[in-house]
Amino acid sequence: MSVSVQEADFDAGAEIAALSAGRDDVGAVASFTGLVRADKQADAAVAARVGADETPALQGGRAKDALLAVADDAPPAVQVMTLEHYPGMTEKALEAIVDEARGRWDLYGVRVIHRVGRLVPGDRIVFVAVASAHRGEAFAACEFIMDYLKTRAPFWKKEETPDGGRWVDARESDDHAAGRWDAGK
Amino acid sequence: MNIKILFFAGLREALGTGSEALALPTGIATVGALRDHLAARGEAWTALATTKNLRAAVNQHMVGAEAAVKPGDEVAFFPPVTGG
Repeated sequence: MSVSVQEADFDAGAEIAALSAGRDDVGAVASFTGLVRADKQADAAVAARVGADETPALQGGRAKDALLAVADDAPPAVQVMTLEHYPGMTEKALEAIVDEARGRWDLYGVRVIHRVGRLVPGDRIVFVAVASAHRGEAFAACEFIMDYLKTRAPFWKKEETPDGGRWVDARESDDHAAGRWDAGK
Repeated sequence: MNIKILFFAGLREALGTGSEALALPTGIATVGALRDHLAARGEAWTALATTKNLRAAVNQHMVGAEAAVKPGDEVAFFPPVTGG
């Protein structure tokens, strides 16, 4: 089973070990673990508004004003994230990405895990590990799988903020990251 | 024979439904035509026309607007994906 979509957490160390268990031809295992990251934009906006050159006595009151202002126009800090997916298609899409990676590089093993459901900052969300004879193929295939996963696997993130739910927008940089693998094809 | 239509993420919420069964209307033979047909219902359904970079899948494979739709197919519409 090379692809899993699950609510449960995973043990990256155990998954990495499994890729070379019982065989002596694996020379490299490259892995990537993605985590849910807290949104620091609101905090940074407060710091910028308060200013570093004011006296500490002023900063107390100003910081409070700034916090109130930030609440109006800065993205609210992310508390909780919910991952939606397309059961059936998601697994197929991930398997197709793994097959494409196997067609491009000589890989001995691949493992992809993507979590769904409710996740909080600090939680593991995605895992990709690739085993091969040499590090070059392992590194490249691992990055390729992540880049394609970002643009081709049907997952959607919804952030729960103090102001309500907010669907995350797709990023053009992800399309560019996936697109660069086509250039050398 | 009906087609099964699925909606996901923000589009599902905008429409207030995640799926429906529909007898494929006469003259609707592509994903793009089906999208236009649904959007023409008006009100919330215009989200099918206005969602930026709306994606579609037929039988769980990502396709373009020109892809064929035939009775028995599973067709899905959704916003660009944001996993990983």
